Amino acid sequence: MNKYFLYTARFALLLLFQVLILNNVLIGGYINPFIYVLFIMLLPFNIRPWLLLIIGFLLGYTVDIFSSTSGLHAGATVLMAFVRPTIVRLTTGARDPEGSLNPGISDMGARWFFTYSIVMVLIHHTALFFLEVFSFTQLPSTLLRILLSTLFSELLIMMIMLFFGKNRR
Amino acid sequence: MRNLVRFVQKYHFVLLFLLLESLCVYLLSNSHSYHRAALINTSNALTGEVYQTKSNITGYFSLGFHNDLLALENAQLHDRIAELEEMVDSTSHQSDHVHFRHIPAKVISNTVHFRNNYILINKGRLDGVKPDMGIISPDGVAGIVTGVSDHYATALSLLHRYARISVMFRKSGQLANLTWTGENYRYGLVEDIPAHLKIVEGDTVVTSGHSLIFPEGIMVGTIKEYIEPAGSSLNKAILNMSTDFNMLRQVYVVFNSDQQEIDQLRKANIHE
Repeated sequence: MNKYFLYTARFALLLLFQVLILNNVLIGGYINPFIYVLFIMLLPFNIRPWLLLIIGFLLGYTVDIFSSTSGLHAGATVLMAFVRPTIVRLTTGARDPEGSLNPGISDMGARWFFTYSIVMVLIHHTALFFLEVFSFTQLPSTLLRILLSTLFSELLIMMIMLFFGKNRR
Repeated sequence: MRNLVRFVQKYHFVLLFLLLESLCVYLLSNSHSYHRAALINTSNALTGEVYQTKSNITGYFSLGFHNDLLALENAQLHDRIAELEEMVDSTSHQSDHVHFRHIPAKVISNTVHFRNNYILINKGRLDGVKPDMGIISPDGVAGIVTGVSDHYATALSLLHRYARISVMFRKSGQLANLTWTGENYRYGLVEDIPAHLKIVEGDTVVTSGHSLIFPEGIMVGTIKEYIEPAGSSLNKAILNMSTDFNMLRQVYVVFNSDQQEIDQLRKANIHE
């Protein structure tokens, strides 16, 4: 019960932060940070893979509704949810994380979380910006947007984790 | 049959992924045309409510500034009234102009940095807003309404892949089209300019009134840079848009009060 409340609250807070504040942020013409994906990253290790996909779709689609887009954020987030188990396996090496651990800084360490999250953010942003442009014609500017936005989102995500991450246990 | 079940059980993760992803791409490709963009209904109750609340709060921060703008616009309108009164005095007969009405509205959500941007306003069907009506700001043209709910409406911003409006050069009256290339929200691209037309930096571009979405002569922007023709008979130019999309707040929905009549005429033409 308590756990579900935590996840619901986190979902709502990240969503509102994204659509009310970050969707209006544009730095230097290229940087749009998207941090709502943090929700997918923080779901427990032992979550059922199919549930991960469904949650990814719901989260992405909710952001879509608020951004007047259709299927854009949903597509990128579903892809990210799909690769999450692989990324977890690759970043944790041979040892499989125990069911009781959560993919946060307090359980796994800041260094692990940084690697894990930047790969996830990069995958999400790459899918997102390419889906948005829907062509490869503006390749250099799209790549620049992906790179800069990924770095900025990652910065925000690490800040959020360092501020709030410890208290969660 | 049992093999099929086993196959689905074994690969359910990949299958579900493919299913969801193709659903997303389907939704996305459907939203990529002007008329289908109208189907996306952001203007539904929940998001409208959330953005309205936010707009109510953030609106206070720029009150002073927007008051100044409104006062300025008021002054200009007064000038215009005076001018028109003079004209009415001098000509007693009814003008043959198309009749446009204005509905004031507030922008409650708006973006400028995506490839396709939308404007959400706080007036909807019950206020008389309908799809294909134009949206103008005090500074110039802003967008075209695509979807309406009872109290809100979504509009295609000029900053959209499928926003294309008919414009003309105020000096010469020559027609052209305005589009947006997606790089900078301050600049639009004027296309289909006849090659013989001499364009000077700073030339004023206004709406042509041909589409009947916007009245004739609404400010669109000024020419910033003329692009040298490359063998084509139709030239292009970069336009400095007069509307600052990044601080759009007070707008007007404009519509032609004779729209129904015009639609009926057009329909009659199609049937014949």
